[in-house]
Amino acid sequence: MSDTSRDERRTERAIAVALVLSAITALGLAVTYATGGQVQLEGFLLGLSLGTMGWALCAWGKHLLPPGPFVQQRQHPAEADPEQEPVSRLVDEATGEASTLPGGGTDTEGLDAVGRRPFLVKLLVGAAGALGVAALFPIRSLGPDPGRTLFRTSWRKGARLVTEEGRLVRAGELEVGSVLTVFPEGHIGEADAQTLLIRATEDDLRTRPGREDWAPRGQVAYSKVCTHAGCPVGLYQVESRRLLCPCHQSLFDVIDGARPVFGPASRSLPQLALDVDDDGYLIARGDYDEAIGPGFWERP
Amino acid sequence: MTRTIKRANRWFDDRLGASGFVRTALNKVFPDHWSFMLGEIALYSFLLLVLTGIYLTFFFQPSLKEVVYDGAYAPLKGVEMSQAYESTLRLSYEVRAGMVMRQMHHWAAIIFLAAIVVHVGRVFFTGAFRRPRELNWIVGCSLLVLAMANGFAGYSLPDDQLSGTGLRIAYSIALSIPLGGTWVAYLLFGGEFPAESIISRLFVIHVLLLPLAILGLLGVHMAIVWRQKHTQFRGPGKTEDNVVGSRLWPSYALKSVGFFFLVSAVTALLGGLAQVNPIWLYGPFRAADVSAASQPDWYVGWLDGALRLFPGWEIRAFGHTIPAVFFPGVLLPTVSFGLLFGWPFIEARFTKEDVRDHHLLDRPRERPLRTGIGTGVITFYVVLFFAAATDVLATVFDVSVTGLLVAFRVALLCLPPVVAFVTYRLCKEAAALPDEEDAAPVVVRTASGAYVTGHGHQAGNGGDGTPRADGLDEIGSGPRPDAH
Repeated sequence: MSDTSRDERRTERAIAVALVLSAITALGLAVTYATGGQVQLEGFLLGLSLGTMGWALCAWGKHLLPPGPFVQQRQHPAEADPEQEPVSRLVDEATGEASTLPGGGTDTEGLDAVGRRPFLVKLLVGAAGALGVAALFPIRSLGPDPGRTLFRTSWRKGARLVTEEGRLVRAGELEVGSVLTVFPEGHIGEADAQTLLIRATEDDLRTRPGREDWAPRGQVAYSKVCTHAGCPVGLYQVESRRLLCPCHQSLFDVIDGARPVFGPASRSLPQLALDVDDDGYLIARGDYDEAIGPGFWERP
Repeated sequence: MTRTIKRANRWFDDRLGASGFVRTALNKVFPDHWSFMLGEIALYSFLLLVLTGIYLTFFFQPSLKEVVYDGAYAPLKGVEMSQAYESTLRLSYEVRAGMVMRQMHHWAAIIFLAAIVVHVGRVFFTGAFRRPRELNWIVGCSLLVLAMANGFAGYSLPDDQLSGTGLRIAYSIALSIPLGGTWVAYLLFGGEFPAESIISRLFVIHVLLLPLAILGLLGVHMAIVWRQKHTQFRGPGKTEDNVVGSRLWPSYALKSVGFFFLVSAVTALLGGLAQVNPIWLYGPFRAADVSAASQPDWYVGWLDGALRLFPGWEIRAFGHTIPAVFFPGVLLPTVSFGLLFGWPFIEARFTKEDVRDHHLLDRPRERPLRTGIGTGVITFYVVLFFAAATDVLATVFDVSVTGLLVAFRVALLCLPPVVAFVTYRLCKEAAALPDEEDAAPVVVRTASGAYVTGHGHQAGNGGDGTPRADGLDEIGSGPRPDAH
């Protein structure tokens, strides 16, 4: 017996073992499924079944078949078929650019039969273009006109502040250093209206001119939508009194008008003017005085 | 049995007359090299994505309608969530084999993108994109873009906290497109974020539109490979005018199908044993909530990193704003893919080499400049990728996020040129060394049984397309395919 045939026998045996193993694990998979299923076991058995099958086929292809290498000649696509004309010539003919056919003479039934009516061809192109434009219009139905919607939120003059659970917020209930996510009453969960209510000490706040009465007793409210890419600015670092956006790590200084002090954001978080109503609840003095959230082209 | 098959063959042959094509097809020669299998991994991952994906569509409900959860996963019982999130939980925990299918689907997507990226790298560094293959380079790059888009769309479907945050950022990037940004965002989402229709639209995009486009382009991609024949590395008997390797039938087909099973096996093992995207830990999406360590799937990491590293430059002029995210979110991808798509033409312009066809591949070291540029560019995107994890890295290594971000900004600007230069020098030196393969002595047994020692293929390495003087071409090249 020669070495080669002994090697081949060995490979054959190994492949046979692998295929049997593949079948057994496949049956195991069926049993696992029938008895209620188990994720890890399913993945393991399926992997094993597929893996042994794959190995068997690869080994078969590699060791038990004529190994080659085999040689095949290449041809340049244009030379592959000597009879074949270049497409460019066909196009020339079809459009009437080539005045004569390769065989010589003109042929009314040839490729240029359409191109011989240039006026009609022009009309055809025009009509097809108009149809194409008409076909684009339904895209407009996909969404509403942005209009001024990006400049507005649901905050209105006198809107009471409510928490995510729908509880009204009483003035002074928030302790110094705490933070609360609030919405206008009746609009809980609205993405663009989400606002952070933070209690700072009045003396600390560096109030901007014109905003002197926006933060009664150190209760200051900023839009929670990051001015960078729109994530909720969710992390309040109490000691440094900074807001951190967890998405791209922009830092906003709560004391200094939520000015961006680090990271990719470039604009302060808009501030919501607050007031206290007669019942002692916190209310808004109106909507934000600028568009909240990330920038967009129409924003002045 | 065989008679039935023969009769069926005859039946089809009488109607289609395909025997000639089938014969050439079965005898078609494919060169063997491990790096030529990267594209195959991508192809097989796509097949797996389709198979597992179809299964998932039978259970997933692409709807933002709010429901109260009452399923098998105890920690979320009683929580309000969208049907999309609820049905994902259900297909994971209550549908038998659902979890394995969903995790295999996600792992296959990760592998799909990885295989494409490495495949693009292989094609780039070996110069396989050169004339006449520029067209297929463009098709391949389009496949990369479509695959990324579809990966992101699929990742966004379950409406969990993490994917919702990703969508929010995508919406902001759409807003930042100059002139028509707000319109693009509103038409895409169907209104202001978070619009009601986004999940059902993404579903159609994810299971129909993009897969169809990918399938079509895959067909074109492989048809062009078939037509132009595969490239090959230099070697004995290999010239610009031939292909040396295995025939499609039987050995290449068997190995290839076997390889499909192996790729599936790895995906199945990962799908069963390695947890991926555990959406039940993130919770359902709430617009006002966000979790720390918000990161996209790996192939979007470079964009997220760019959003973190780019300084807050927001330009306001003439009553308009160019948003800060425009530069990393719109301009950077546009330039990146522009350069990627255009590379064959850029290179041809500078090397002025595209006057003839190239079928023999470059070794990376033979093209120091291209290889240097390639490694430099890869470094750039790798830095961006790791920058997407600054918050996690800061926590793990207990350093300040701010310091880390500054370090990453410096690395982003300094590392790529350094890596490019080092690669360039290394290639130059490696190219100057004697070629191992060419220098290695080769013992040849002649027809009469005598042994002759020669030196590789110094006699004419075949690379220039000239026949070898010593007639070694015929040795080991086996029977011509048309002899079978």
